[in-house]
Amino acid sequence: MLDWIAGIGAANIAKVRSFGRATLMLFGAVIAKPQLVKNVPLTIKQIYVVGVQSLLIIVVSGLFIGMVMALQGYTILVGYGAEGSLGPMVALSLLRELGPVVTALLFAGRAGSALTAEIGLMKATEQLSSLEMMAIDPLRRIIAPRLWAGMISMPMLTLIFSAVGILGGHLVGVDWLGVDSGSYWSIMQSTVEWNKDVMNGIIKSLVFAFVIVWIATYKGYDSVPTSEGISKATTQTVVLSSLAVLGLDFVLTALMFGIE
Amino acid sequence: MKSRKAELLVGVFVLLAIAAGLMLALKVANQTMSGKGETYVLKAKFDNIGGLKVRSAVKVGGVTVGRVDSITLSSNDFTPIVSMSIAKKYDKFPETSSVSILTSGLLGEQYIGLQPGFSMDGIKDLADGDFVEDTKSALVLEDLIGQFLFSKK
Repeated sequence: MLDWIAGIGAANIAKVRSFGRATLMLFGAVIAKPQLVKNVPLTIKQIYVVGVQSLLIIVVSGLFIGMVMALQGYTILVGYGAEGSLGPMVALSLLRELGPVVTALLFAGRAGSALTAEIGLMKATEQLSSLEMMAIDPLRRIIAPRLWAGMISMPMLTLIFSAVGILGGHLVGVDWLGVDSGSYWSIMQSTVEWNKDVMNGIIKSLVFAFVIVWIATYKGYDSVPTSEGISKATTQTVVLSSLAVLGLDFVLTALMFGIE
Repeated sequence: MKSRKAELLVGVFVLLAIAAGLMLALKVANQTMSGKGETYVLKAKFDNIGGLKVRSAVKVGGVTVGRVDSITLSSNDFTPIVSMSIAKKYDKFPETSSVSILTSGLLGEQYIGLQPGFSMDGIKDLADGDFVEDTKSALVLEDLIGQFLFSKK
């Protein structure tokens, strides 16, 4: 009985400790002694790995999500004779919710898991320790460029996702189902506001990017350096960051759009 | 060579993102048309504004000339005061103009219709901060149904 209670306490203490380690890692990577000039080429390389290589899946899923939304929205809106509102429906749901959230989920699956596996394998093959032996701080050399690359790539991926989705909605709604092209764009233009809708979507995606790359790099950095430990860390990255994104999305939506 | 390819593709990626942002700004949010440009303020008192919202359009004959800036309740007589910002290039509305709250379509959003009045000698143009005296309130469907039901007797 006493062991059981002690076990609960130990588990909680371990949670808090890992949170503290994650925060220390973040501070070590981002705040302590920034080396901007040296890190720029590394960051660009990571933007290539994290952003450019995620581009295909983002564009394809954005296109299809826009097309599906136009198709579904049309079948419902046409019953009220309101198919002109298809444009704002597609645009607002993409810009406010689906763009940031789906991009973040795809990003967590495509790039977050890869980050964890890469850093975990670096740890397992003792590349991180050898960097330390050469007096190079792995936090700054390995973690920091990946953090920044994720933070830079995610908003851009979200913008591309939303834009492609709106074009996909246009493809299905206007070119296939015959909604008037003028009303698709003009009602969209009168409904969508730059500050309220587009900027809030970008802010959301920045928050999501931060959470995802933080979890991904921490899980890799803190993983047990065995093949089993790396696979566990990768799974945890995807599960944790997806849950964090969905939970945070509710909080952010309530803050941004909840009460007018 | 490898790093040059990466840099090139990152450049393409950034350009794509800028293009997407520009498309969202110009084509979706219509940033250039909204807000910017010289405006002046007209005010109007209504009995009931119905579903009018801030940023609703102000139209003259279907042409959008401005937007609703703010909706407040007058503390004296508890009637809503709507202030609208109208584009400066439309600044020749006579004092006899009237505003009414209209609905676009059966279930559409509500907007303010501005009906320019007649102008002749001795009637000035509406200036910044003026009240439009002649107003018609929003058509509230519930009131209409109520009137219809009770007029049957």
